Amino acid sequence: MHRIAPLARSRSFTGYFGRSIAVATLSATALATALPSLAQDDALALDDWTAIEQAAQGQTVYWNAWGGDSRTNDYLSWVADELEARHDIELVHVKLSDTGTAVSRVIAEKAAGNLDEGAIDLIWINGENFAAMKDNDLLFGPFAEALPHYALTRADANPEVRVDFTVPTEGFEAPWGKAQLTFYYDSARVETPPSSMAELLDWARAHPGRFTYPLVPDFTGSTFLKQALIELTPDTAPLYQPVEESDFATVTAPLWDYLDALHPYLWREGRNFPTSGPEMKRLMGDGELSLAFTFIPSEPAAAVADFQLPPTTRSYVLDAGTLGNVHFVAIPFNASHKAGALVTANFLLSPEAQAHKQDPAVWGDRTVLDMDAVSDEVRATFIDDSDNPAALPAGALSKTLPEPHPSWMERLEAAWLERYGSQ
Amino acid sequence: MRLFSPTIRTIPWLAMALLSLPVAGGLAGILAPALGWLPALGGDELTLEHWRTLVATPGLADMVRLSLSAGLASSLISLAIVMLFLGAFAETRALALVRRLLSPLLAVPHAAAAIGIAFLLTPSGLASRMISPWPSGWDTPPDYLFPGDPWGLGLTIGLVIKEVPFLLLMSLAALPQCQAQARLRLARSLGYAPVTAFAKAVLPGLYPLIRLPIYAVIAFASANVEVAMILGPTTPPPLAVAVVRWINDPDLSMRFVASAAALLQLGVTLAALGLWWLGERLVARLTRTALTSGRRQAGDRLWAGAGGLTTLLAVLLLGGSLVGLVLWSLAAWWPFPAALPNPLSLHAWQGALPGLKDPLAQTALIGLAATGLSLVLTVGALEAEHLRNRGMAAWAELVLYLPLVVPPVAFLFGLVQLQVQAGLAPGALAVILAHSLFVLPYVFLSLAESYRRLDPRWAQVAASLGHSPASLFVRVRLPLLTVPILTAAAVGFSVSVGQYLPTLLMSAGRLSTLTTEAVSLASGGDRRLTAVYALMQLLLPALGFTLALALPRLLMRHRSGVLNP
Repeated sequence: MHRIAPLARSRSFTGYFGRSIAVATLSATALATALPSLAQDDALALDDWTAIEQAAQGQTVYWNAWGGDSRTNDYLSWVADELEARHDIELVHVKLSDTGTAVSRVIAEKAAGNLDEGAIDLIWINGENFAAMKDNDLLFGPFAEALPHYALTRADANPEVRVDFTVPTEGFEAPWGKAQLTFYYDSARVETPPSSMAELLDWARAHPGRFTYPLVPDFTGSTFLKQALIELTPDTAPLYQPVEESDFATVTAPLWDYLDALHPYLWREGRNFPTSGPEMKRLMGDGELSLAFTFIPSEPAAAVADFQLPPTTRSYVLDAGTLGNVHFVAIPFNASHKAGALVTANFLLSPEAQAHKQDPAVWGDRTVLDMDAVSDEVRATFIDDSDNPAALPAGALSKTLPEPHPSWMERLEAAWLERYGSQ
Repeated sequence: MRLFSPTIRTIPWLAMALLSLPVAGGLAGILAPALGWLPALGGDELTLEHWRTLVATPGLADMVRLSLSAGLASSLISLAIVMLFLGAFAETRALALVRRLLSPLLAVPHAAAAIGIAFLLTPSGLASRMISPWPSGWDTPPDYLFPGDPWGLGLTIGLVIKEVPFLLLMSLAALPQCQAQARLRLARSLGYAPVTAFAKAVLPGLYPLIRLPIYAVIAFASANVEVAMILGPTTPPPLAVAVVRWINDPDLSMRFVASAAALLQLGVTLAALGLWWLGERLVARLTRTALTSGRRQAGDRLWAGAGGLTTLLAVLLLGGSLVGLVLWSLAAWWPFPAALPNPLSLHAWQGALPGLKDPLAQTALIGLAATGLSLVLTVGALEAEHLRNRGMAAWAELVLYLPLVVPPVAFLFGLVQLQVQAGLAPGALAVILAHSLFVLPYVFLSLAESYRRLDPRWAQVAASLGHSPASLFVRVRLPLLTVPILTAAAVGFSVSVGQYLPTLLMSAGRLSTLTTEAVSLASGGDRRLTAVYALMQLLLPALGFTLALALPRLLMRHRSGVLNP
């Protein structure tokens, strides 16, 4: 394993969208060994929801979730207030700067033989963190499809809520929200932003030092690599199979040629990179960059309202579409308050919580519910932000590219670090 | 009260145990995984495989070089600044002023100082805004790589800013011990110029007394995480930052490599100390003739000027970054190159206030508890010294410095394992104990000198009036020491407020303090909110120091002699 993990890997919201992992293949043993942990919890029969709600009363649920964004934190404290009022659950947001910390703790607990008094009840998770926990039997479940509100996602019609970076979730995590790569620029400085990766290179040549991407393996940075690879490689089919099945060097050659050409025109001539998406946003606010991107489509508009980005900020999606994925919540195998965690996960999927979350004034994270599964009145409570000049135009997010197989991300990151990681 | 003496006599042992057991246990906790033993992750045989992986990591040599160079360079520069300053300003009014400013400067948490320096020196920072668009001609921020430069200069500056006040405090405490005043006067009366007199007569006596604090500074600088995360380079980062990243890597097999790297970090820190020690020998040998040459002055004006200038620069940097923090916390949209935010807005403060309440309370609670515990142990240990009428053994002093010299990243991860195995629930108690590991040494260092120098004749007079040792302690010695004890408490409190890694790891992140909030917000990238939290992080220790100064004046206004013993 040749890699360094430089500063601030996935310290962003997008860290929760996870990264791939070499061992991400689902093993049947993971499922088989996780099931008994459910059986041990005699008090919890997932088909008796009333009993679960009763058991959850008075519990304190420790939810480990990234705490780097004040809007997300505010939404989480709204959830805490609602759960207190509705179910007598005290929800504590354990603010992480990196989900890996939570994974570390579950491992430490397992190492010490702590099998049912874990410190973490619920984790905001996806991608590599999920794959790692699932692969090491660190998750409780399967539970997701037993949640009463799960039906509203209409999973059969929307398979993306059952797949996390091509890894089947198999009920070990419940969908919570959706994200998609979104570009934004300062219209006072940029007239026509590049609409494809090829145009981006020309644009960077014309505006040296005004674009960059976060340091790989930060998730936002890695997503940029995947986005570029999908656009530049002539045939994308191999990207959706395990990387071992294709010739990595041949498939990725166009990407490295592209980056070699691009780097001299990046911010700091590509000798240094921002450590995360939010840091890239700050560089936009400082006027050092004129063009950037995020994995939270509502972020640019919110940041303008919060004085963090120029009032002249505009958002858009590349012509051929951009990568998007779903983020989830999961319960560790040794969670102390599983009933409370289940009720919380179910509340997060309720139309009310999902609509509040999608409200651009609150957080703007898109719902995982299927609008065909809810009534007209409920549908009317889900608002989008297309009137805001800094937000995406309506319908822009329809062009979603699926995530490649997780093994690609692992190899891409390792190859990137090999080439550019230490200069 | 017959139990007084036996109780007091056990306290030094308690303190030693508190300081040494967690460090030793934590190191043991990473030793096994570094050799491949961690059954929970399928590591059930001893192997050097993970060391091979570590050695093959691209950029490892750069990481080690950065840790070594930043650690040594920042310590050397800080020491030079402090010594030049003392040489130039010993026995002047400037020294008295700086002495007063010192404690508040010391209280600035590392993360807050680093955030402030970054705000100041970044291409779009306050410094560059001041000279833009005129005279620099910059309409958009210049594209230079600082901080975060590959040589670690930004990191070194950030470390120097925080190390200078600490070394100065330690030196000022040590000066009377080496009879600096008498030495200086003698040298001056023999016609030595001020800086030369200091260098030749005082420094050789002073240095051995501040050697351990210097070693603590080297260890800290070579293994620091927060400052390096904010001001250090990223491709690759210094070793300690990489260790933290590996510990948190979602790829669980990286825990083995992380453990090996944590041991390597211990080795790097020891190597830095070893190199410094060699440097000490070299300097001692090379300067032997110069010291006794009898030359009365050697570039004295120049050295004095350098001392004044570097000190001024350090103060300006720290002051400028504090001003920057205040401006950012009050800024609305503040585009480059506007030098001042316009309009001013309370938006960030208003947005932050509801969320500030809990972290503020937690920070204060943990800080007070850790400081209280450390104070009891420190006063107990010092009183035991007094009762036995014997100073501290050399090995005991080494133990005192153990948590300051062993890199925290090297033992904290192991400590989490211990914590879980001991069934100690993550939460306030564990955090308070972990904080005490770092608070206790500082409280001891701040208090020891005053405690030991307390005129023994007060106690002798009281004893001759029939007071027991317990009554002596409570009614005579403690009141006389009120001022230094409160100052030590304020130092300890500020150390606790600044702790990041111990809080996060030992509470399983359940407790949010101002520092954990500030660091997690810093990753979110909102300058305004980050500034608010950094300022709050500053405010709490400042409040502590204000109380430490004001309380005795209020409580003891009719015992004015106590205030200036």
